Amino acid sequence: MNYNRLIPFLLLVLLGPGLFAQDDLMDLLEGMEEETTDYTYATFKTVRIMNAHSIEMSAPGVMTMIISHRFGRVNGGAYEFFGLDQANLRLGFEYGITPWLNIGIGRTNIQKTYDGFLKAKLLRQSTGKRTMPISVAWLSSTQVNTLEWADPDRENLASSRLSYVHQLMIGRKFSDRLSLQLMPTMVHRNLVPTNEEENDVFSIGAGGRVKLLPSLTLNVEYFYTMPGFVADNYQDVLSIGIDIETGGHVFQLIFSNAVAMTENLYLTRTDGDWGAGDIHFGFNLTRVFNAGKKGSWAKSKKK
Amino acid sequence: MKRFILIFSLLLFGAQALMAQKYVSRNGHIWFYSHTPVEDIEAHNRQAASVLNTETGDLVFQVLIKAFTFEKALMQEHFNEKYMESTKYPKATFQGKVSNFEEVDMKKDGTYPVKVAGTLTIHGVAKEVSVDGQIIVAGPELTAKAKFPAKVADYGIEIPSVVRENIAKEVEITVDLAYKKM
Repeated sequence: MNYNRLIPFLLLVLLGPGLFAQDDLMDLLEGMEEETTDYTYATFKTVRIMNAHSIEMSAPGVMTMIISHRFGRVNGGAYEFFGLDQANLRLGFEYGITPWLNIGIGRTNIQKTYDGFLKAKLLRQSTGKRTMPISVAWLSSTQVNTLEWADPDRENLASSRLSYVHQLMIGRKFSDRLSLQLMPTMVHRNLVPTNEEENDVFSIGAGGRVKLLPSLTLNVEYFYTMPGFVADNYQDVLSIGIDIETGGHVFQLIFSNAVAMTENLYLTRTDGDWGAGDIHFGFNLTRVFNAGKKGSWAKSKKK
Repeated sequence: MKRFILIFSLLLFGAQALMAQKYVSRNGHIWFYSHTPVEDIEAHNRQAASVLNTETGDLVFQVLIKAFTFEKALMQEHFNEKYMESTKYPKATFQGKVSNFEEVDMKKDGTYPVKVAGTLTIHGVAKEVSVDGQIIVAGPELTAKAKFPAKVADYGIEIPSVVRENIAKEVEITVDLAYKKM
């Protein structure tokens, strides 16, 4: 054995631990780490992009209240106070039953519609131990038109009042600033006014947000209607707006050529033309309430 | 002679390994409390990891920011997304030393007041801190406890004006780490 080689080794053994003590401990700590799954949060500020639902869910035990207004057309001019003379309202409540299941109800003045829906989160975007590039959610909703029958003398079936909507939402938060979502959607109407009009209307929606400031986002949302009677006679829906977040509230200010706030109507009855200035100003005001049980929180707080 | 040096070095190596006693905590409890006239907020993290070298008094710990739980889900989201930016800065760490560790008698059960000084890194901002704490020796187990204030602004965390009344400028951090011999 060569002593000359042994000496540096001895020195290392002797001095090493003292020299690198804290860094060593830090390395040790990092070595102890178990890989965890890191779920993506806050893809959107709230449960809506604007008109469309987003892949965001109300957390379990959380009640989200949404007050939505859509005013008349901006091109009504000063006489109509740029549309503000006509106000349409939807009042909605959504509740988180589990982390992946939400239930909601709403009432809109347009066609005196009541709506109810179930929204289920199927996949959550994540990195780490379990990597998932996208979030996926499913929406099924039913709308009931409760206007008095136009012709009370003919045979009117209660089922004629119903419409159904099914929607798949595929979303991804690309970065802290940019999130996008695709929405293949089907609207089924049990009764349509004429034979030429189809009962089932298919459309593909795309929406997204760009975060401009921590509490401010710019949102865009567009629905392309698949060719058919509705596509020929009505307009695709384009909405542009901003989200302003203040603690428990999100204010969504919206410009859209659609005036309706339920899918069955805005995806089949939008006749406003952006080019002609048929733009409706509106807003969604969302507020969250902690309504449910606090089991897991109480457990974590204990001690 | 060759044999002697070999045995000598092995002894040295072994002795150092024996002396460098390390205590480890994997599920330590760290929580903070923010008090304002408007609102009291607290968040708990039970996944704090720490290593304490009882030979030198060197102490390190780290917590995952995302593992803090709040009573309100939205608060937790805002904490991560807007204030702590936990995607960018996933961890808070402390790297330091118990300066009077020689006063802790590892062989005798009891509560020993200690001083801890080192670098606390939160939100990517490193700051020298010095806090008073306790080390509790109970047989083979060690517990380290400390409570200290931290100014939110010191760590470059911006609180928007609309919630400025709800979040304290200085939050109280409590550390409670139970160690086992490694």
